[in-house]
Amino acid sequence: MGLIEIKDVSKEYRIGEVVVRALQHINMEIDEKAFVSVIGPSGSGKTTLLNLIGCLDKPTQGQIRVAGTDIGTLDRKRSAAFRGRHLGFIFQDFNLMPVLTVYENIEYPLLMVQNVPPAERRRRVMALLDAVEMAEQKDQYPDQISGGQKQRVAVARALVPNPKLVLADEPTANLDSKTAFMIINLMKSMRDRFQTTFIFSTHDPRIVGEAEVVYTLVDGKLNGQEKGRGKN
Amino acid sequence: MRNLFKIAVRNLRRYKRRTLLTASLVAIGVIFVIVFVAASESFKSMIINQVTGSMLGDIQIHKKGYVASIENLPLTMNMKPQAAAKAEQVLQNTPGVAAYSPRIKFGAMFSSFTETTNVRLNGVFPEMEMRTVPLLAGRITQGEKTIKKGEIIIPELLAKGMKIKPGDMVVVIATNKDGSVNGKQLRVGGIIESATGPGGRDGYLHIEDAMEILRMEEREISEIAVKLKDFGQLHSIFAKINAALSREQNQSGKPVLEVHTWEALSPFFSIAQMINVMTLFIKIMLIAIVLVSIMNVMIMAVYERIREIGTIAAIGTLPSRILSLFLIEGFSLGVFGAVMGTAISFAIVFILNLAKISFTFARQSFVLSAQIRLSDVLLTCLIVIMVAVLGSLQPAFKASRMEPIEALRHV
Repeated sequence: MGLIEIKDVSKEYRIGEVVVRALQHINMEIDEKAFVSVIGPSGSGKTTLLNLIGCLDKPTQGQIRVAGTDIGTLDRKRSAAFRGRHLGFIFQDFNLMPVLTVYENIEYPLLMVQNVPPAERRRRVMALLDAVEMAEQKDQYPDQISGGQKQRVAVARALVPNPKLVLADEPTANLDSKTAFMIINLMKSMRDRFQTTFIFSTHDPRIVGEAEVVYTLVDGKLNGQEKGRGKN
Repeated sequence: MRNLFKIAVRNLRRYKRRTLLTASLVAIGVIFVIVFVAASESFKSMIINQVTGSMLGDIQIHKKGYVASIENLPLTMNMKPQAAAKAEQVLQNTPGVAAYSPRIKFGAMFSSFTETTNVRLNGVFPEMEMRTVPLLAGRITQGEKTIKKGEIIIPELLAKGMKIKPGDMVVVIATNKDGSVNGKQLRVGGIIESATGPGGRDGYLHIEDAMEILRMEEREISEIAVKLKDFGQLHSIFAKINAALSREQNQSGKPVLEVHTWEALSPFFSIAQMINVMTLFIKIMLIAIVLVSIMNVMIMAVYERIREIGTIAAIGTLPSRILSLFLIEGFSLGVFGAVMGTAISFAIVFILNLAKISFTFARQSFVLSAQIRLSDVLLTCLIVIMVAVLGSLQPAFKASRMEPIEALRHV
């Protein structure tokens, strides 16, 4: 059984009188420790799929199981608790808290979500700061570091609660190509080090192949699964 | 909790100008309340002290029905010696009573041999009266500051109008309760300045002279003025005295005596009540200022941080914690405004007291001596902080109920 099982999932939105079929009859299974990319043009349903897997939205039809839990059955509070325990998120715009330092941003999920004791918290944050090579900037605020550095911090923040799965929606969209490759490689090395499954969406053809498995979405339908260059 | 405060305070510092502006509004409200309460309470306590300390006493005991007809000074409504003795016994046995003074009050004709007018007089035991109303001696502006037998202390308006000075001889003529008229020649021992309230323009003489003028064979007391050790215990001691004296009943089973606090006897109590109502309105204004300004700033804070709320919700922050985050932000803003307002209030009151502002009330001059009471500061700050949290409740609730997916999409 895979870490993620998606069975016949559809998602529809209603915008006024118009029904938008964002996803249609998606079936997928993603194993633990996988490094997966979801690609497709804008509006193909990549973000919707990641939001459904990330327990941020509910499917109109079908079932999604993540780490053995049917996440469609979770209420608001349990969804939040599930995300805090099992999932990490990396956003296109980094979404760091501007009032917290680099260290505090990474520490946030341990402090405000998981209530980890101080010593353990410090150990885990420092380990990740070293892993993403941001230890020297730990006391700086987000507006004092570059975009690439912000995304490194976001990767560390996503990994600090030891999640089973990290979801990254267009994590390199706001980065130059060199930095984008660095971030993808960082994510992959983090997967190797922490054995965490990574799923990232992108429409950037330069980094698509870095994934081990690539799912293609077109108009809300799964248009194929192939192995990327990143497959060992 | 410490971390929630840390984030809340940093978010407030993030928008320094807005935070300062809102806190200033809150502070202005706090200043209004604290300074107004300090000044008005000072005014109230000065006047109450003057009213009770110079003529009324804190509590008065009369024969039942006397107060209803007090303007006529009815000699027929005086207490019988047994009733007065009972009242004195109760007062002696009540621990909170510092002093009391029996008085015979009557209206009389006052003549300087060339002119004649009406006067209201109090026959008193000088030592007991001075202990009960200690500010009385201070009101005697000319002559000796005591009341001797064969002498009369006359009100200054009377002295000015009739051109009488201490040492002059005058005649007091009065009708006793049976209707017979009697007079007595007295020496003017002193002149007393007017005071606020009933009895403020009365003259004084020794109680034995009063009995002689009124041809009283046995002492029939009009009222007993009472001074308390602690004015703050006014109502509890009043209740004790009232309970003890209500057991004194006539043959038809009705109480013989009646007890009143100064509040029932002085019109200034109505003014004090009006001041209290004004204070209440100022407090309501404070609540409105704090509620509107905090709610406004917190609605803005939530609106500006929708994506941040979406982010922290997405990474698993529970709705209750998001609610706390914004409530604590409103709380901190309230505390900041309250502390700022309190500090400025202390400075303003210090300056007011240095300026020695004087005012006249009912022909008497007072110097404003504003005092900030800790209880007023605590109550005002508590109101501000509670209203600040209340004002943050709706925006905080809205933030906590936000769907992360919607919030993350917000531009």
